[in-house]
Amino acid sequence: MDFLNALVALSNFVLIPAVAYGSQLALGALGVTLIYGILRFSNFAHGDTMAFGTMTVILFTWLFQSWGISLGPLPTALLAIPFGIAATAVLVLATDRVVYRFYRAQKAKPVVFVIVSIGVMFIYNGLTRFVLGADDQRFADGERFIINVREFRELTGLSEGLGIKTTQGITVITAVIVVAVLFWFLNSTRTGKSMRAYSDNEDLALLSGINPERVVMVTWLIVAALITVAGTLYGLDKSYKPFTYFQLLLPIFASAIVGGLGSPLGAIAGGFVIAFSEVGITYAWKKVLGYLLPESLEPSGLVQLLATEYKFAVSFIILVAVLLFRPTGLFRGKSV
Amino acid sequence: MKKLLLASAATALTAGAAFAAGHASEAKIGIILGFTGPIESITPAMADSAELAISEINESGNFLDGVMLAPARADSTCIDASAATAAAERLVSEGVVAIMGADCSGVTGAVLSNVAVPNGIPMVSPSATSPALSTAEDNGLFFRTAPSDARQGAVIAEILNEKGVSEVAVTYTNNDYGKGLADAFAQSFEEMGGTVTLSAPHDDGKADYSAEVGALASAGGEALMVFGYTDQGGKGMIQASYDTGAFDMYVMGDGMYGDTLFQEQAEALEGSIGTSPWAQGDGAEAFDTVATEAGVDASSSYTRESYDAAALIALAMMAGGEASSDAVAANLMSVANAPGEPILPGELGKALEILADGGEIDYVGASGVELIGPGEAAGSYRHYMIKDGAAETVEFK
Repeated sequence: MDFLNALVALSNFVLIPAVAYGSQLALGALGVTLIYGILRFSNFAHGDTMAFGTMTVILFTWLFQSWGISLGPLPTALLAIPFGIAATAVLVLATDRVVYRFYRAQKAKPVVFVIVSIGVMFIYNGLTRFVLGADDQRFADGERFIINVREFRELTGLSEGLGIKTTQGITVITAVIVVAVLFWFLNSTRTGKSMRAYSDNEDLALLSGINPERVVMVTWLIVAALITVAGTLYGLDKSYKPFTYFQLLLPIFASAIVGGLGSPLGAIAGGFVIAFSEVGITYAWKKVLGYLLPESLEPSGLVQLLATEYKFAVSFIILVAVLLFRPTGLFRGKSV
Repeated sequence: MKKLLLASAATALTAGAAFAAGHASEAKIGIILGFTGPIESITPAMADSAELAISEINESGNFLDGVMLAPARADSTCIDASAATAAAERLVSEGVVAIMGADCSGVTGAVLSNVAVPNGIPMVSPSATSPALSTAEDNGLFFRTAPSDARQGAVIAEILNEKGVSEVAVTYTNNDYGKGLADAFAQSFEEMGGTVTLSAPHDDGKADYSAEVGALASAGGEALMVFGYTDQGGKGMIQASYDTGAFDMYVMGDGMYGDTLFQEQAEALEGSIGTSPWAQGDGAEAFDTVATEAGVDASSSYTRESYDAAALIALAMMAGGEASSDAVAANLMSVANAPGEPILPGELGKALEILADGGEIDYVGASGVELIGPGEAAGSYRHYMIKDGAAETVEFK
């Protein structure tokens, strides 16, 4: 019984939140890594593109809600995602046409692209605030929990409870589906293969007749989809505030770099490494150990490795360590 | 022709002198608040309230033989200490006699030490609540009509003690306000025999709060104290804690008071309690009437304290018999406190008359001003409980 209680407490406070957060980071990092692999620059506008995509999803959700359309226990926002993806795709393709294509034609250095993307970031930033404002928005509806803590306690008779939110379930399931589709696309379709070829060696790819503009366009379309899905899942699970999305940029980049920039598998692994290190290393083990150890050995302190203030330090120490000892990241991406 | 020129020049000179004399009988009061930045939504009503008191003084016609008070606004930004200092320096070069402000604790401390103290300008802040300002080096120049959070910490500890809660976990927003309130609370609570199992800060605007909630849940406690902001990390903490069932009861500081939060998190917050500064009684009612007549939004935050801050500056000048910085600094405490005739909002003209006749006043004002210690409001708080997504008053403390 004590062992089960320990397991449930650990799942409730560490495993489940970290898996959900990790999935959100992984989807974001996949977008960063695709842009880095194919367009060859670090896209600083990523967080704000995410905010824009989520904003359009929110607007469509509100529209559907006003029409009385709902998905029952599931959030209505899931219905609005395709429309959000379409709007985001239009935005990023227009940006590419007006801004990035100019620099691509000039064969500008990656650092120039990075600076350009910071400029784009500020414009997106203003665009989102202009349309929806800087405030918190709420758009989640449907059932909040798959199982909540109180029900779980009554059901199992354990003293610890376990809560799983609907949004956490949706996040993980959607992430698995999206990743599976992406890998199938990259590995088995002609367009996916040409994208990988373009990423591996641009000149050879051009020589073998791959149309670069088409590769770039498909990349942006995939990124728009990933980004909108990631942003919506995050907004459903936590809350929507443009500034928080801007702040998400940091853990997302950390995930992509730890995993290896340009490696899709690495982006996913990186997302989970960062999420688990943020939630796990600062966890106070008092409760769990209290169940596991005999009474005489029960800890009186919190048994916390690091105070929660240092959770960001943890992910950045991992980042620095990876860059020092394995600059290409865990999954052999491109070196930074 | 020459004579005519001379004559007109002479006339111009005398007129100029007369104009100068008229000009000299104007005294400027600086109003430095965060008109841009995080609290930009509440500062316009605060400034309006302060200017309401100033115009009331001017219209009474009893002020210091016809000296007119003139407000001069400046932007404190709430968060940027160097911008606030520059704005205050500009006010000083414009010749302000006293400053009503600043608003947020951080910039208030900066303006006090960089501008007010070196220039000998008294400051009356309506809304800076950090306990650290009580002990700041101020040469007797700093006053506030808002209570220190040391008082709020004690009030919250007292409420918990009465409820029989003896073990709590604390989370606070990682800044001067949050840390000050958390420390003040922990000190009072421990003196009453309570235990704080863990006091952990949270950063605002971050992506995920499960780590903080995990640690706090492990440490345990009967309630989680949330000293943060309604639309920032404070909300994130409550949501993450509710989702994991970590705590059933929350106790919120003044920064968490907001109807939107109560509605959105109605389920999580049911039965939770909180405190927020609140004025009640005749003064608050009188202020509502005066403000409504003048078209000022009386229900906004810190409007009462702002009105009182400006009124106290003017009354202190009157008691000192001159519109000077020294008069404000020397007389502010005596006009604010007993003994004397109690003065409510709308009665400033009467107060001026009493002072002119050599009498004494006890300014009660809109917020029930009672300055204690180093010149700060004793403060009364509303203890509320959340029921069905709305705050219900339990008592005033």
